[in-house]
Order: sequence, then structure tokens, then C-alpha cells
Amino acid sequence: MKFIYQTWWKVIAVLLVLSTLITGLLFDVPRLPIIHETIRNLYFHVPMWMGMLTVFVVSVFYSVKYLQTGKEEHDLAAVECVNTGLVFYTLGLLTGMLWAKYTWGEFWSGDPKQNSAAIAFLLYCAYLVLRNSIDEEQKRAKISAIYNIFAFPVMVVLIFVLPRMTDSLHPGSGGNPAFGKYDLDNGMKLAFYPAMLGWSFIALWIATLRYRIRLIENKKNAI
Amino acid sequence: MKLMGQTIHLLKKEILLEWRSKYAFNGVLLYIVSTVFVCYISFNLNPGFKGSNGYPIVWNILFWIIMLFASVNAIAKSFLQENKGRLLYYYTIASPQAIILSKTIYNALLMGLLSVLALVVYMLFFTNTVNDLLYYFMIVLLGSLSFSTVFTMISAIASKAGNNGTLMAILSFPVIIPVILLLIKLSKAAMDGLDRSLSYSNIGILAAINVIVVASSLLLFPYLWRD
Repeated sequence: MKFIYQTWWKVIAVLLVLSTLITGLLFDVPRLPIIHETIRNLYFHVPMWMGMLTVFVVSVFYSVKYLQTGKEEHDLAAVECVNTGLVFYTLGLLTGMLWAKYTWGEFWSGDPKQNSAAIAFLLYCAYLVLRNSIDEEQKRAKISAIYNIFAFPVMVVLIFVLPRMTDSLHPGSGGNPAFGKYDLDNGMKLAFYPAMLGWSFIALWIATLRYRIRLIENKKNAI
Repeated sequence: MKLMGQTIHLLKKEILLEWRSKYAFNGVLLYIVSTVFVCYISFNLNPGFKGSNGYPIVWNILFWIIMLFASVNAIAKSFLQENKGRLLYYYTIASPQAIILSKTIYNALLMGLLSVLALVVYMLFFTNTVNDLLYYFMIVLLGSLSFSTVFTMISAIASKAGNNGTLMAILSFPVIIPVILLLIKLSKAAMDGLDRSLSYSNIGILAAINVIVVASSLLLFPYLWRD
């Protein structure tokens, strides 16, 4: 766990995200019908989901570790990762809705991708409700760890598998090409990959900060 | 195989217990029949609806919603009826995988039987508009299997967390929504009498979801079980 106290990756994260502000907003993008300049949303929408996925994976990792060892810190790490992930989830939904307004015409048009994202959001809200419903710490930690591991594959199926099978308007779904096809002949890669990496690190950073606050609170309450 | 033997033994015990009291079976059957009857009376208040274009769509969706709530009620009981002493006894004689597997199989059998009966009762009250009846029955069986795999695991979690109905609904509905969407799609295809091969991919997704749920419950139940 030494990693979370080191500085270098936080500096890299900030630099990467700052660089995408310049490259993402100023560099040339392909002119595509309907999409036009909104293609720049790719640099800000997709990285939110990447950040969410990163912290959710870390959270599942710590849930598994909790079940193996029973250490309370692992449970705290798992829950703070989910909390951070939900913030990025909301941001991902909002940036997606904003983009949908300009390309599909509605903030919420009931697209399969949007609907299953909303369902998966409920799935993780249920995790937080489940935690609140149990008073005993160890029991709460164990049961929520189990539910967290159970929820993760369901979330992946909901967001990343099911919409691809149906008629979704979302790029990369239902036979629509993903934006990856256009990246190659442009400078878009230069803005996109740093954004993905940078926002993942930022999500991790927020999660570690929250985790450290929780640890201090825990120590205070223990006395 | 030790696991197989234990599972079959526990399954026999579940069926025997149910056969003696017939509580879950009769209770849920009555629940379904009364719900169908309430729906029948309520829809009869609107004459002319039967001939309208939306009738088959409502027919299909209503059936699945009735089945959804019936199976939540039926399966939520599966860990409730076990008292602490008996659970402790199971833990000394059987492996956790055998317990969850036997519960899942028992629930699947119970729900399969109940849903076929429910479909018969439902067709009695509401005019049947299904074209490919055999296929519809098969999808109903598949649906009851999927409901039981999901709800058995969730009811195990909910029973450890104070066992209230709200928690069961909150935890299970996000998981069951994709399942029920697929089922409605599949059964609508059967209803319209589309070619069966068109819906194989959806059956594949449903089977994959079931495999994921069963695999994760087999992996996770051993941790849940210890207190």
C-alpha cells in the first residue's frame, strides 16, 4: 500500500489531464456529419467510464482480499472505491447526456446504453443501501464484500455487453462503428489515451484520499 | 462425487419437506391465481380492449410481471424458513456449495411447476394470442430457471442482512431487469410465431447470465454462510 502515499503518479495524472485540456480542445478533429465538434466529448466522456472502471476493479480486488483476510482496512478501501466510482459514474452519465442532446436530440432518449447504465447505477446504489441496513461492522463488511463481487460482473454485462447486442445509437454498439476507427488517421490518439490514463489516476487518487480520511476517522472512533 | 451426493440428498429433503406441508406451493399458486383474477377483473372494466392492437403486448408483459412478483415472494422464503439450529446442523454435514446448489435446483423445480400452472390459469382468463405455444412454454421454463438462480443468491444475502422484503427487492431488481427484458423479447418472438432460430442469440445471452450468476453464487456462498 506504499503506492498510495507516493507523489509521482499524482503529478503525472495532473499533467496528463491538463495536457488533454489543450490537445483535446485545440487539436484538429475529423469533420463528421451530425457529430461535428461534439466528437471532442470523447476525451471527457469515455475517460469518466475508464476512471469508474478502474476504481470498481480496485474495489472488487479489496473485497476479495477482505474475504480472504478479514482486515477492516480492506473493507474501507472497497467502499471508498465504490463511492468514488459512483461520482465518476454520474459524471459519465451527465457528459453522455449532454452529448446525446446535441447528436440524438434528447438528453434521455431511452437508448439501450442509457437504460442499462441507469440500471447498473441502481445496482451500486443498492450496495450502499445494503451497507446501511447492517449495523454490525464485521457482518456488514463481509456481506457487502460478497455483494460487491456479485455486482461487478452484472455491471460489466449490463454496460459493456448487452447494449452491443441490441439496436443502440451509442458509438460501438449495435453495428455502429466506435470512434476508434477515426483515431488512426488523426491526432486524436494524442489526446484520447493520455485522457484515459490521466482520469484513471485521478479517480484512484480521490479514492485513496477518501480511504485515508476514513482510516483516520476509524482510529479516532476506536479510542 | 461427494458434492453431487450431498446436493441430491439435500434436494430430496427440500422436496420432502415441501411435500409434507405444501405451504410454499399452495401459497404461491393462490397468490398467482388471485393476481391473475384481479388483473382479469380490472381489464374487463374496459370493454373493447380485447380486440385492440395493444392486447398481445399487454398480455405478454403482464404475464411476466405477475411471474416476477410471484417468484420474488416464493424464493424470498427459501432461507427464511431455516432456523438457526438447523442451519448449524447443515454446516456440520454438508458443503456450502451443496446447500446453495440444492436450494437453487429446488427453487427452479418449484418455479418451473408453478409457472406452467400459472400460464395455464392465465390463458384460461385472458384470450390466448400465442402462435408458437410450445416455444412459449419452453421460454417460461427458462425464465423460471433464471429467476431462481438470481433470487436464490440474493435471498441468501438478504437473509443475512435482517431479512426484510425491501432489501430483497432493492438488491434483486437491478439484476433481474436485464433477465426480464430478454425474456419479454424472447416470449414476444414466440408469440408472434417468428422463426425460432432468430432468438437463439438472446437465449445464449440469457444462458450466459445464468452461468455467471450460478458461478458467482458457488464461489461466494461459502463466505456468506459462516457467521
